[in-house]
Amino acid sequence: MAKLRTLSSEAIAACVSRLCIQACTVLPGTVCRLIDEAQRTEPYPPARGVLELMQQNAAIAAEEHVPICQDTGMVVVFADVGQDVHIVGDTLENAVNIGVARGYTQGYLRKSVVADPLRRGNTGDNTPAVLHVRLVAGDHLTLTVSPKGFGSENMSRLAMLTPADGVEGAKAFVLETVQLAGANPCPPIMLGIGLGGTFEQVALLAKQALVDMREGAHPDPYYASLENEWRNAINALGIGPQGFGGLATALSVRIKAAPTHIAGLPMAVNVGCHVTRHASETL
Amino acid sequence: MPMHITSPLTRETLETLRSGDSVLLSGILYTARDAAHARLCAALAEGRPLPVDLRGQTVFYAGPTPTPPGKASGAIGPTTSARMDPYTPQLLAYGVAAIIGKGERSPAVRQAFIANGAVYFAAVAGCAAHMAACVKSVEVVAYDDLGTESIKRLAVENLPLTVALDTQGGDFYQLGRALYLQEKLTPNNFLE
Ligand code: SF4
Repeated sequence: MAKLRTLSSEAIAACVSRLCIQACTVLPGTVCRLIDEAQRTEPYPPARGVLELMQQNAAIAAEEHVPICQDTGMVVVFADVGQDVHIVGDTLENAVNIGVARGYTQGYLRKSVVADPLRRGNTGDNTPAVLHVRLVAGDHLTLTVSPKGFGSENMSRLAMLTPADGVEGAKAFVLETVQLAGANPCPPIMLGIGLGGTFEQVALLAKQALVDMREGAHPDPYYASLENEWRNAINALGIGPQGFGGLATALSVRIKAAPTHIAGLPMAVNVGCHVTRHASETL
Repeated sequence: MPMHITSPLTRETLETLRSGDSVLLSGILYTARDAAHARLCAALAEGRPLPVDLRGQTVFYAGPTPTPPGKASGAIGPTTSARMDPYTPQLLAYGVAAIIGKGERSPAVRQAFIANGAVYFAAVAGCAAHMAACVKSVEVVAYDDLGTESIKRLAVENLPLTVALDTQGGDFYQLGRALYLQEKLTPNNFLE
């Protein structure tokens, strides 16, 4: 039997707290590079000016340790738990929420969570987080904290397409989603697209695609070319940074596909803004 | 060159602004977003007085982060205006003179801006660290229990904004994109 590695819930809480502050103040390198590239290739001077402001803003935030955006989001946490890890003290879920409350209080981050969708009522410490746990091999715990702003989250859509809709139907749904969103999700946007699976799985695939900060092309050449084609089609719409016209409507399109049923083609488009943030650490 | 304007804005200034104009706004603003709007409009509907007199004032759709020690303001920026569309005609009819937010408005709201001679400004969203430097003071004036959604009185200096809807019906979300797409058809013709 493999030896279990012990990890205290306090170490997890401290890590989540750190990651909340880091994610809200330091834009990931991948996103910075995408904005830089958009700024270099943007032909429309007013749009280029907006992209330059976004570059300056990210620099100020990182330097002065202030939030990149005032919407410091609802926290989505991905926890990849090694199956040889034994968590002692509190539960993983409590540890994560203690970490979120601490990070959002100590980091002067905005508390944007209400306790009930209909009856509302701010919880006061930005908890609870949305926690996705995966059991993986090994004796480590990897935490990814992704604070999600709702200007962009609200523009996300899900469709149960049919096999006959095919790739053209999927593309049309993406373009329709971006058109409907317009200036609301703070373009230039990043899109996480889930394809396949079931109703609930496809939404998670889209979120994972958005959080995936890989540099370079999709490993599957078929999806690499689709990502490219869809991004170009979006950038031909003319919405532009801030929605006042320009080339840079989407910084990136990322697809995550999974097996599905013979009768189905589920699709989810998770819209992210130019402040698509996350921070990760392995314990 | 952006025009310097001061809030509260005069009728005269409001009427001279045109969609697409860049302005630097200084003066007093009041923040209000979803929860505050629901309360304000409930009070108006029941004929109760508002906790703050917003007639002639500028409303900023914003919920800042808490102010850290030693700073004048936390990070601040506009939230999606469309969510306030159900409340906006009522507030403009009451007398709010100008609104700052981000994103397109519904046809009914666009009409309400024209009918009331009000102006809608867009602030660059997601640049909240940068924008915080324009805020000189933040003071909660109503609905303290709403946390970030309370109504706050802000003193701002040179807040960079774009006129999105003017009093004549000009809409820069439509015009700006049309302008870009038109220029795109004329290669090498982007105005420097
Ligand atoms: S959508 Fe993103 S950039 Fe826009 S306000 Fe929300 S978190 Fe900020």
